[in-house]
Amino acid sequence: MHSTRVEDCKAFVETLIHRYQCNPTELIRILREIQDRYRHVPDAAIEALASQLSLPRSRIVGVIEFYSFLHTAPRGRYDVLLSDSISDHMLGKQSLMDDLCRKLGVAPGVTRADGQVSVDNTSCTGLCDQGPAGLVNGYAVTRLTSGRIDRMVPLINESVPLAEWPSDFFAIDDNIRRADLLLNERPEPGAALAALLERGADALLDEIDRSGLRGRGGAGFNTAMKWRFCREAEGDAHYVVCNADEGEPGTFKDRVLLDSYADQVFEGMTLCARIIGARRGFLYLRGEYRYLLKPLQDLLAQRRQKGLLGDDILGATGFNFDIDIHLGAGAYICGEESALIESLEGKRGIPRNRPPYPVTHGYLGRPTVVNNVETLAAAAAIAVHGGQWFAAVGTAKSKGTKILSICGDCARPGIYEYPFGTPIRDILTDCGAGGTLGIQVGGPSGTFIEPGEYDRRLGFEDLATGGSFMIFDASRSLLDIVGNFTHFFAHESCGFCTPCRVGTSLMKNTLDKIHSGHGTAGDLVELRSLCELIKEHSHCGLGHTAANPIIETLERFPDLYEQRLKAIVFEPGFDLDGALEAARQLTGRDDSAAHLQQVDR
Amino acid sequence: MKTITIDGRSIPFEEGQTIMDAALAADVYIPHLCHNPEFTPHGSCKLCNVKVNGRTCSACTMLAAEGQDVINNSKELNDARRAITQMLFVEGNHICPGCEKSGNCQLQALGYHFNMLDAHFPYFYPRREVDASHPDVLLDRDRCILCELCVRASRDVDHKNVFDIAGRGINAHLIVNSATGKLADSVLEVDDKAVEVCPVGAILVKHHGYEVPIGQRLYDHHDIAEISLMTEGGGSDE
Amino acid sequence: MSEKLRIATTSLAGCFGCHMSLLDIDERLLELVEVAEFDRSPLTDIKHCGPCDIGLIEGGVCNAENVHVLREFRQNCKTLVAMGACAINGGIPALRNSIDLRECLTEAYIDGIGVQNPQIPNDPELPLLLDKVHPIQEVVSVDYFLPGCPPSADTIWKFLTDLIAGREPSLPPELVHYD
Repeated sequence: MHSTRVEDCKAFVETLIHRYQCNPTELIRILREIQDRYRHVPDAAIEALASQLSLPRSRIVGVIEFYSFLHTAPRGRYDVLLSDSISDHMLGKQSLMDDLCRKLGVAPGVTRADGQVSVDNTSCTGLCDQGPAGLVNGYAVTRLTSGRIDRMVPLINESVPLAEWPSDFFAIDDNIRRADLLLNERPEPGAALAALLERGADALLDEIDRSGLRGRGGAGFNTAMKWRFCREAEGDAHYVVCNADEGEPGTFKDRVLLDSYADQVFEGMTLCARIIGARRGFLYLRGEYRYLLKPLQDLLAQRRQKGLLGDDILGATGFNFDIDIHLGAGAYICGEESALIESLEGKRGIPRNRPPYPVTHGYLGRPTVVNNVETLAAAAAIAVHGGQWFAAVGTAKSKGTKILSICGDCARPGIYEYPFGTPIRDILTDCGAGGTLGIQVGGPSGTFIEPGEYDRRLGFEDLATGGSFMIFDASRSLLDIVGNFTHFFAHESCGFCTPCRVGTSLMKNTLDKIHSGHGTAGDLVELRSLCELIKEHSHCGLGHTAANPIIETLERFPDLYEQRLKAIVFEPGFDLDGALEAARQLTGRDDSAAHLQQVDR
Repeated sequence: MKTITIDGRSIPFEEGQTIMDAALAADVYIPHLCHNPEFTPHGSCKLCNVKVNGRTCSACTMLAAEGQDVINNSKELNDARRAITQMLFVEGNHICPGCEKSGNCQLQALGYHFNMLDAHFPYFYPRREVDASHPDVLLDRDRCILCELCVRASRDVDHKNVFDIAGRGINAHLIVNSATGKLADSVLEVDDKAVEVCPVGAILVKHHGYEVPIGQRLYDHHDIAEISLMTEGGGSDE
Repeated sequence: MSEKLRIATTSLAGCFGCHMSLLDIDERLLELVEVAEFDRSPLTDIKHCGPCDIGLIEGGVCNAENVHVLREFRQNCKTLVAMGACAINGGIPALRNSIDLRECLTEAYIDGIGVQNPQIPNDPELPLLLDKVHPIQEVVSVDYFLPGCPPSADTIWKFLTDLIAGREPSLPPELVHYD
């Protein structure tokens, strides 16, 4: 880097550090801004950050290398990422990717020599109902077609600023197809807080309790109980965190809530803050949703103006609370609450050892509530309408409604809110799905169900889901789907524990061997036992569920796997003839002895 | 006295002790690799996974609590531990015959303990950087098992923060805190705890080689369980 | 027809150390030849393997010829044994796996100190190198593993006597070493 650039970089870091008050917990936000400006985090910036934040350099490098959207080497001035979710693939993502790379003269993952552009894959961007989708310099682009790719190429090559690109590229629709309790509601901003102040925190917590509200992220922990535990936990500060790191492939309902119901979400956070005694809250927004950052920040400013955030909220002396938005940087694991907290603290997103749980030892070791976006929105609605209003809907153990993100093979993908207890069959009718192979409920870490199971019902008792609902019709290959999911987990494993770090990669390689027709019966036995080991012995939820796609489909459709097997005892797991290629090139040989058959004849 | 049960045996514990602490104090061996009683428990290698009232958890991080029925030495668990050990072998490049640590290496010793005869899984053959820049210390990442003992020791004992982990998933790797990323440019010194604590041959002191011949080393004639209880167990002088 | 067991042995990418260790069973060799005879082996100089009961493979797989020899053993031997560290994980030859083949050959045949008539050998008689050295179980299926560099004579003897007696071979802790 030229010395002027180094000076510029140092000055820029200086302003950032000043803006973020020299706080090391802000590291990821700071790094994101540096990445935006320089297309990578230059060494000069690492050095300046290390000295001014009093952090070891290695800690900063460790963070950069952990998150997919941070880089130590420059990306293109246009950094194009295409979503690798199965739903994007089903809409033709791969040929668009090939097309784009060819027309731009760039290989995936390698920045073009002139520094103008880089193209790469990225995990699900949460736009599955309007894919194939991607990100250009972090901003979401939707409904990609070969026509759009053709239009995109000259825009990039001619350095047209993103702001001057056709706005239809960036159009994002809510696609709300079925609204119920929550989505039909748009209480006046402040209504829930007024109800809170009228009834008092104790009574309101009882109301949440009465509603039977359980966490909407998928695990379903009782919300009132979580708030109560946190409230009772000792600490010199309490925090409330909204988990908007919606990373489970096929989930996009939080995007819609934050786009059109954000007031309600912030209101839920404020409510929680009053009940647990928090003065500060965070919304952890997944990096893929950065286009929401500005509108959300504007909304926070409005709420401050209206006296719904800040000091003495709604005139109640001592009701002080404010919210900060943290933008993630591309790591699925940060959806796990303790990894999310690590990330909020400016670290790599490694899930903590639990217990202790965040309710007692969360952000900076203080009692912290981490709730899903939908949970907080529901809590706000319950504050307005009362617990009974909510509890009257749903089933015995699953009260209220669930918002689904439906994508894949159906006529009307989008957002559907259903009372818990709704049979899958009804959902499929509503969204116009027929001739299905099966449904992945709850994303790759969830459950695959087949047509014979469509009488099963939505709910914690039966089919729990964080919101992902992917439909596959009979033309789809189940092994392609399982392969996509398995690659996803290997890519997103944080690398902390052995079974997941090594196991997910071994699992991926073994599945690929079978999928590509090179596996034998022994490989299938091997795959099965690997899956069991990863599921049983991993550190966190990612590892516990990473093998689910294989385990469940092996259980239901063993034939699909067995059909792919070779009727021989063994085939090498690597390309034998390919392993001679380097030597052939070096010696110029191509005689018969310079080749090997993959299988012994 | 409060107690837990490990493999049917009643084991006393004090408030704040982990299952591992209680087991070691009672001279019960639970296999472990990333755990070293001198440092904050980490819970990453998963070799100490035990069943507590039917649920799998890491003994080194799980607090002992009244009523816990712990299964430790079962075939099922030991089979899993062998597989995890094998994963560590294929993940890196562990060529024991060419390693100075051979015979004193805890990864190898666990392989012996579980009667591991081969690495079972296909090898990854990762390309990892060997850092021989430091005058007194060699860093051979081929042998690193990501236990983070050096990271913890350098941070918590040496107060130098020489090591950290970067990358994700199978690409996770050990990095050095210096402008060049090289050990020579870090503040590491040969008698740092971070150097001593490496359980494998990733961090080695230079200028000393094969002073004890192969065949006469620690784990050549003693099982790691025996050594662990002798140095970390209740009878040790800790 | 002989009623003796037939044993074949070979060294692929190895140093013959495991074969030396086999010979190290010393006078027990006499016991062995009472019940077994050797087919293809450096000890017999028989060039190709016939049907055998046991095949002992020393060394990993580093070139095309190793693949052919190993396959010949797998086809002919009822029980195939990876004998020693190199057969099991590539061993010392596998240290080259972290270096590009081009770099290896250039250093050895072009740029190395003292090289005369620099040229990478390309005679069709010479087996081509694989880009990496592989353990034998990555190329054929393997029945048993005898770790050690080399496995000690006692290890080999314990294993063979188990197998010959029809017992499932097992190695007690003192016979399991990777170095």
